Order: sequence, then structure tokens, then C-alpha cells
Amino acid sequence: MRPLEGILVLEFAQFMAGPSAGLKLADLGARVIKIERPNTGEAGRQIALKNLFLDDSSLVFHTVNRNKDSYAANLKDPEDLERVKKLISQADVMTHNFRPGVMEKIGLDFNTIQNINPKLIYGTVTGYGTEGPWAAKPGQDLLIQAMSGFTNLTGNKDDDPTPVGAAVSDIITGTHLAHGILASLVKREKTNKGALVEVSLLESTLDLQFEVITTYLNDGNKRPVRAKQGAANPYLGAPYGIYKTKDKYIALAMGSLLKLGKIINCEEIENYYDTDSWFTKRDEIMDILRAVLIKETTKHWLNLLRPEGIWCSDVFDYKTLLEHDAYKVLQMDQKLPLLSGEVVHTIRCPIRVNDERIFASKPAPRVGQHTEDIINEFNL
Amino acid sequence: MKPLEDILVIDLSQFLSAPSATLRLADLGARVIKVERPITGDICRQLYVSNVNLNGESSIFRAINRNKESFQADLKNDIDKQRVLKLIAKADILVHNFRPGVIERLGFDFETIKKINPNIVYGSISGYGNEGPWKSKPGQDLLAQSLSGITWLNGTDGNGPTPIGLALVDILSGAHLVQGILAALVKRSKTGEGSKISVSMLESILDFQFESITTFYHDGGQPTVRPKNNSAHAYLGAPYGIYKTKNGYMVLAMGSIPFLGELLTCEPLKEYTEVASWFTERDTIKKVLADHLSTDTTEKWLSILEPADIWCAKVMDWDALFSEEGFKVLDMIQTVSMSDGFEYKTTRCPIKIDGEYLKSPIGSPKLGENTEAIVKELIS
Repeated sequence: MRPLEGILVLEFAQFMAGPSAGLKLADLGARVIKIERPNTGEAGRQIALKNLFLDDSSLVFHTVNRNKDSYAANLKDPEDLERVKKLISQADVMTHNFRPGVMEKIGLDFNTIQNINPKLIYGTVTGYGTEGPWAAKPGQDLLIQAMSGFTNLTGNKDDDPTPVGAAVSDIITGTHLAHGILASLVKREKTNKGALVEVSLLESTLDLQFEVITTYLNDGNKRPVRAKQGAANPYLGAPYGIYKTKDKYIALAMGSLLKLGKIINCEEIENYYDTDSWFTKRDEIMDILRAVLIKETTKHWLNLLRPEGIWCSDVFDYKTLLEHDAYKVLQMDQKLPLLSGEVVHTIRCPIRVNDERIFASKPAPRVGQHTEDIINEFNL
Repeated sequence: MKPLEDILVIDLSQFLSAPSATLRLADLGARVIKVERPITGDICRQLYVSNVNLNGESSIFRAINRNKESFQADLKNDIDKQRVLKLIAKADILVHNFRPGVIERLGFDFETIKKINPNIVYGSISGYGNEGPWKSKPGQDLLAQSLSGITWLNGTDGNGPTPIGLALVDILSGAHLVQGILAALVKRSKTGEGSKISVSMLESILDFQFESITTFYHDGGQPTVRPKNNSAHAYLGAPYGIYKTKNGYMVLAMGSIPFLGELLTCEPLKEYTEVASWFTERDTIKKVLADHLSTDTTEKWLSILEPADIWCAKVMDWDALFSEEGFKVLDMIQTVSMSDGFEYKTTRCPIKIDGEYLKSPIGSPKLGENTEAIVKELIS
């Protein structure tokens, strides 16, 4: 039995943040029903990477909405709305990411829903919270990365600010939404009361940076400075970073610089016996290391460094990683057949429960694929 | 009342991954007792970043371990071990991040713990899972990033692999652990049964890349190619990217290229009427856009684009962000104090429940600070 079996989640949320929370809840055993507008469905069905689509929806949509049902409803139509309210009265959780005010207009805001289902956990995602000058501003992943200071942490010193090439704000916000919802479900078992759980992309992306923001708040507000080349973390000293070798690259994490210098036979490193200098003279130290590491292959260095307990590794691309035994042994892949006959090849939930891997039982739904069944099942 | 009040967590973990999970549980209301070895305690206490020393220890330790108690114990000493086992007998949750094999040798593995506390929710984080060629590799953030393929998603084509400049893998695996643990608590409150929840850093950072890995499986396994210029995402077309203006930087998310051409009076953009070309010719389009945007200020461009509902934002550092009204209304920074009166600033939990932020005034504990009180209260 999966831990959330018996929990019913209604997902009004679109795009990535809210649906990524819904996906985790679904994988952990909840039944997640997407409430989508008829015909077109949620807007995320049209957001594509590399223009890839399957069965009329983007591959991204299929990736984040596997293991869910779809119920089509026009929330502006009184009959549809009535049915949705009946469904809400039987649900445990609902989520949405409409801008502040939209659900109030429809009449599905938290306060109104309390009258229909006082035990419901009501989760919302906004861009910047519900108050202040940014409350109505669109919340989008890249915008939040840019505004939150996050783009100043990645890349080399002279590079432009460098965003992360994945929906990092959305995904981290989704994990926080799931945390709030699940904790509220735990509490509900004791109190029998619902809760309002609110997260925002901006707050979550600041939380993601909590270690370095705490450092900034207590070091006299020094701006983060990225390393000149091979930068991996503006707050960590040498050797932390990525270095080019004769054939590929090597990553070196934190550890004794002096020990490293000895192993790779680099006498110049001996001058940096003061550990403070590993940070203050990071660029020159990394230059010295770079000049040595370029001379031999990655394999050569790994064979030399690993037995000595130095934290180091290869730098893989997808092809190398996904064909590696260490990946295969995880059994991370899953293939989900669509109604169209196409198959979605994706990866599974990363959480294991009682040593069992969690695979999805079904692919993402078509718009309204389960409407009739749900009307019958829940007497709508 | 915070949602996890009355939940007792015994935390045997160190560094960031699992301790970030117990910080979240603490902020959600749980009582977290951090079990630390004598003399050094959690090694993170000495893991300084940018040489910042905060009341004798590292600023990141202070950020990660606020709102927790510290219980000093040597798990290899029988008297200490018996004490910790007594604590665990009374706990709801146990968390550790020892390497596979170590926890069995110490005698705190799930099978053993289940005998003294059959209802326990037992959570652990490993580097690469318990099987396969990497199982005994050190689980460290940069190394996991490097192996996972993620370093090829950020930055520009031609630059080397670009890791994300903070401990994203640690934080994600911690977040997934919390999801699993809370789902298991929901189940326990219905069935009375405990669970074992396992997360690995590698699986967590792969899950984070579920969009791009799924894309890789569907685009014929093509190499990941980052944009040559103005990069913000390897798999998205123009205008998605970061642009230098006359006085700073701005970002543009998804949007129609000809429409942008119209709004910005940039004639050449109007010719890209075919949506597919926004991806296939993204480098050229972005270059045109970049040249145009460099001719005026960020404020000027935003004043044109924002009213037209184009997703765009100014790139900020923390100085700039923290002085914005939109940030101030979030009340994101809290001051916490240690038992000796030392105060420091840090971020609060990003989740709001029933209209209230989850704050806590308690700073990080000194090593073993609560040992005696805990012995009196829970052990003797």
C-alpha cells in the first residue's frame, strides 16, 4: 500500500510548480484529478521543449502529469461549477496557481470552500505572494531566477548572470507546496480541520539560497563573487570546481588542498598552507591546478585521487550517464503507453518506500478523459 | 498550532542533505534532536564558506541547524548508544545520512530500530543508492551534479560544463526525504504502521531533470546543446534568455518573436513568423534581440513589455532585491538567537499556513547544549 492511498487531490494548478507537487502526491499514492477547461485543457499542454509533442500535448506536459486523471469543466458555467463543488466536497486536497483574486471571482476561494468542505487542505502557488506591488505580476521560472539574485551564483566571474537551464524555481516551489500540504494532512488527522497552504516562487527560490543568503546577511552584505574559471560555488574556496583534463573534465569538491597538491605532484601548492588563502586566492590556486590537470586524462587523475580519498568525479553528459551501469542499476526508467499508441519514456519518482521503487500506473490523461467516470463515481 | 507539533525527530545526520530536511520538519512544528559526536559534532560546524565565522562556527551550519536541539553522543560507546536508542524508542521519526553499510555496523539500521519502535518513520539519504558500482562513493553535491548531466544545461555552448552555484542536490534530496517522511506519517496516522523512506542524491537530481531527460529519450538521444549566446535554457527557443541592456541585465521568457519585434520596433524580428524557427534559429534571433536591447535601459524595455503581458524581469542582486517593496512585504528575513544571546539573521521557512508565516526565534545549538535536559526529560 502506498502511503497516500485514499487521499483525493483536485489539481486546478497549471504549468509546472503546482503540477510537480501533484505528481509527487500521485506517485506517493494519492489520486490526483486535474480540473481542466474543456477542449484546450491546461495551458501547460502547449509549453514544449524542442517543439516535442505527443498525442496533442507537449512532452513536458506528459512528464509532469503522469499518474493523474483529467476532469473537464468550464468554471464559468454554473452547472459545471456546481459539479466541481460537489467534487470538492469529497476531496482531501485542492491546489491552484491562479493569480490573486481569480478564485474569489469564481467562488472557489478558500473561505468559500470552507463552507463546502471544512476538512479540505487548500494549496496555492503564486509568483510573489498575495500582497505588495508584485502580487499581480506574472510568476514565471526565469523571471524569478533573475529577480531573486540566483543568477549571480552560477557561471564564471566574467560571464553574464547565468540562469539554471531547468525550471528550478517551479520545482523547488512544488516541493514546498507538497511539504505544506502533507504536514497539514498530518495535523488534520488530529484536529479534523482543513488548512490554507500558500507558497510563492519568490519565497521558495530565496529559501533555496538560504545558506548563502544567511552568509550574506552576516558577512556585511558582501556580493557573491564567482571564480574566474571552472566556478562551482562562489562561497567555496579552491579546489572546488571543474577542471579540463587532456581528454575531458574532472570535478573536485572540498578537501585538503595541500594533500591534493602532493598527490598530483604540484609543488607550488605548498605555498598555500594558510587555509584562508584557499578562498582569498582561489583564482590563482585554480589556475595552478588547471595547468597541471590539463596534462593527463580524467581517468589518470581519478585513478590517482580516488584511492587517496580525494572527493573527485567524472563530468558526464546524458548519453554517458544513462548508459552507465550505475544508472541502470537504479531502474530509474519507465515507459507509459498513451491512448494514441505512442509511448512516453520518462523516469520514475525518486523516493523509495519500504525499499520499493515507485512506478506510475498510468500516463498523463487527455483533456476530460475521465469526466464521465468521475461524474458517476462521485455522484456529481 | 504548527502542523507537526508533538512530532519528535531524532536526527543522526550531518552536512546539508538530511539536516535541511529536519530543518523543514522543525519549522513545520516538529521537535528535532540532533545527535552529534563529541568534540567535533556535525562536521558542517567547521565547513566555513567565504571564511565567515559566525559565533565560532560556520554560517551555513547556523543556517541549516536553527530551531534544533543538540544531544551529544558517541554512537560507538555503549552507554551513549543505549541512551540514543531510548530516545529513538520515543521518537516518531529517525533520520540519517550515513553511507550504506555504516548504519548496520553502528546498529541503527531499520530492522534493528523497528524492534524497539515498530511505528517509526525511518528516513535516510545516500549518495547513489544501496546498490551498484557507485554505492560507496561519497555523496557530495558537486560530484553528484557532475555525474548527473546537469552541468551541461547551464551557461553557453563552448563554455565548459557549468555546475549550479549552490548545493542543489543536497537540498532536493532533503526536500524529497521530507515528502516521503510526511506521506509516511499520514499513512501511520491511519494504519499505525511505520515505514522506511529512502532517497539518494543521484535519484533526486535526476528527478529534477525529468523534463530534459525525458526530452533526451524522445529526441533520438541528441547531445545537449546550449545556446551560443544569451543562454537560459538548452531546450527552449528564443527569446528565452538573459540580455544585457544599457544599465544592467534583463530576462525574457517565452513569447512570440514577431510580436516582440513589433513592441520593440525591431524590424528583423518580424520576419520570424514560423514558430519552429524560434528554436532552430534561436542563436541568430537572440543576437538580433541582444543588439537591440543593448541600446536602452532595462526600465525602458520593461515599461514597454510588461503592459503587453510579455514575461520579462530585471536581473537583480540581493542588495537590489532586498530594497524592493515587493520583497519587504514578504517579511522573509528573521533574526534568531542562540542560548548565549548571540543573534543572527537568516531566512524563514517559505511556507505560509492559515495566513501565518512559520517563524522561529531559536538559533542553532552549541554542541551538546541540550544533552542533560534531554536525559532528564526523556531518558532517565
